[in-house]
Amino acid sequence: MDNVIRRRTPAARLWRVALYAVLVVAALFYLLPLVVMVITSVKPLDEISAGSLLSLPMNPTLAPWTKAWGEACTGMRCEGVGGYFINSIAIVVPAVLISTLIGALNGYALTKWRFKGSELLFALMLFGCFIPFQVVLLPMAQTLGWLGISSSRAGLILVHVVFGIAFTTLFFRNFYVAIPTELVSAAKLDGAGFFRIFWRILLPVSAPIIVVSVIWQFTQIWNDFLFGVAFSAHDTQPVTVALNNLVNTSTGVREYNVDMAAAMIAALPTLLVYVLAGKYFVRGLTAGSVKG
Amino acid sequence: MSLTSSRPRVARAASRPSSAGRLQAWLPRLVLAPSVAISLFFVYGFMLWTFILSLTNSRLLPSYEFVGFGQYARLMANERWWVASTNLMIFGGLFVLICLALGAFLAILLDQRIRQEGALRTIYLYPMALSFIVTGVVWKWLLNPGLGIQAMVRSWGFESFTFDWLVNPDMAVYTLVIAAVWQASGFVMALFLAGLRGIDDSIIKAAQLDGASLPRIYLRVVVPCLRPVVFSAVMILAHIAIKSFDLVVALTGGGPGYASDLPATFMYAHAFTRAQIGLGSASAMLMLGGVLAILIPYLYSELRGRKHG
Repeated sequence: MDNVIRRRTPAARLWRVALYAVLVVAALFYLLPLVVMVITSVKPLDEISAGSLLSLPMNPTLAPWTKAWGEACTGMRCEGVGGYFINSIAIVVPAVLISTLIGALNGYALTKWRFKGSELLFALMLFGCFIPFQVVLLPMAQTLGWLGISSSRAGLILVHVVFGIAFTTLFFRNFYVAIPTELVSAAKLDGAGFFRIFWRILLPVSAPIIVVSVIWQFTQIWNDFLFGVAFSAHDTQPVTVALNNLVNTSTGVREYNVDMAAAMIAALPTLLVYVLAGKYFVRGLTAGSVKG
Repeated sequence: MSLTSSRPRVARAASRPSSAGRLQAWLPRLVLAPSVAISLFFVYGFMLWTFILSLTNSRLLPSYEFVGFGQYARLMANERWWVASTNLMIFGGLFVLICLALGAFLAILLDQRIRQEGALRTIYLYPMALSFIVTGVVWKWLLNPGLGIQAMVRSWGFESFTFDWLVNPDMAVYTLVIAAVWQASGFVMALFLAGLRGIDDSIIKAAQLDGASLPRIYLRVVVPCLRPVVFSAVMILAHIAIKSFDLVVALTGGGPGYASDLPATFMYAHAFTRAQIGLGSASAMLMLGGVLAILIPYLYSELRGRKHG
């Protein structure tokens, strides 16, 4: 479309200006909540009630952040969201690693060691990506009870692994299917075994899809609320549940600056991942939609 | 450890069709077995289990006293369920349509050789990285009539400006649409942009040589090429809409009253806080039915399309 754009008639120039104006307005729409969240989180409470949403803080303070981290009330307890932030990390890290490892092995077996019915097994597992989780909540609660891990971090890790492997398997399967099979066949003729081929041939080229899978799982599990609220107790709640409790705790004065600081704390890890590895984040989102 | 050093050992193992060789042949199946078992139990088994619960009179605890489809009949007679279902129609419909329109619009604009395209794209898409709880908390603050947008516009001199949807039972469901569109439209933009970039330039050049205008090219050439993107975007968005739970909890709490309930919050409320496990299970099964209703035509057309292509 070069010739359309390179013609710089006055009309074309006006069109360019309008174009940029619309794009910038859209950017403001997306940025506004984040800006308000950051500004509010460093304002003293009296400035919030006196000023408006977008008025800049006159005496910026980090007190709301320290309060949100260590003192704010989430329900009965007033220990801030810090401990729950740690809970989230303790749940997310093992769940992401285990589900990615299983997904990689599944994807490898499904593409390089096809057997009769393997495609059917894949379709069977893929269905797990689509179910509304409400349909598994009650049986899951009972099963976790039988296993003796209800309301524990271990229970939440199990849940996230179980419902994460459908996605990770999909990612790795679609990635490995595009890798030429010749190399694998040659290695098989040489007598190399299942794990050896995986380790020496597939794994070294898997870095991009590992990043995609880790980022996807990290964002999904960190942002999860449904499983967190259904299967946790006071001391095992993830940070999203604690944030919701903090915002809905109605004792004393509503401290909006603390609410916003807590929301920022809960949002920062995934925002950071997005800023650092946005490309892979987008690839995961689209890979989830583009089926093999 | 190098590949050559251990090759003799491996070769020996392969040369005799012993138990080791047979193990190798079964290894892929053994590796897949746990995942398949997990899937059978935790997905299919649990679906069946929930279905069974939905046929019982379970209340606080699961009981296995069957009452046929009584819970479904109760559900159909439950006003709150109808509010939740109607809300899902309104919320889902608007959410999908606005996201598609906004996403396509922004993608087309961004595709005009824009400076700073990368930065703009990053800004449009970042909300997708947030938890719906965070989104809900932030928008609850923005939409708070006393301190949020309404108060700000009033302080600019528009004293009669009113934007109190959050506390207005008739309008609360639309606040969910605003927040959800804010979160997901950038993602739809990314999908469309990828689709636009995938279109062969030569088709567009040919249309230009034929003297077609830019809007005409978009309408006649580009949009038909994007049909698969529209299709998968609708799929994903509808799926997000049906599963929406956290956003409602954080933004409106389902209120005022139960005016902004969705099936997902209805199910949770009845199964976990109101001791109505049977009724909650029935509503979960209907949610599953809803997902299948959009999934099956999608998969059908996908499979058919692949056979033809």
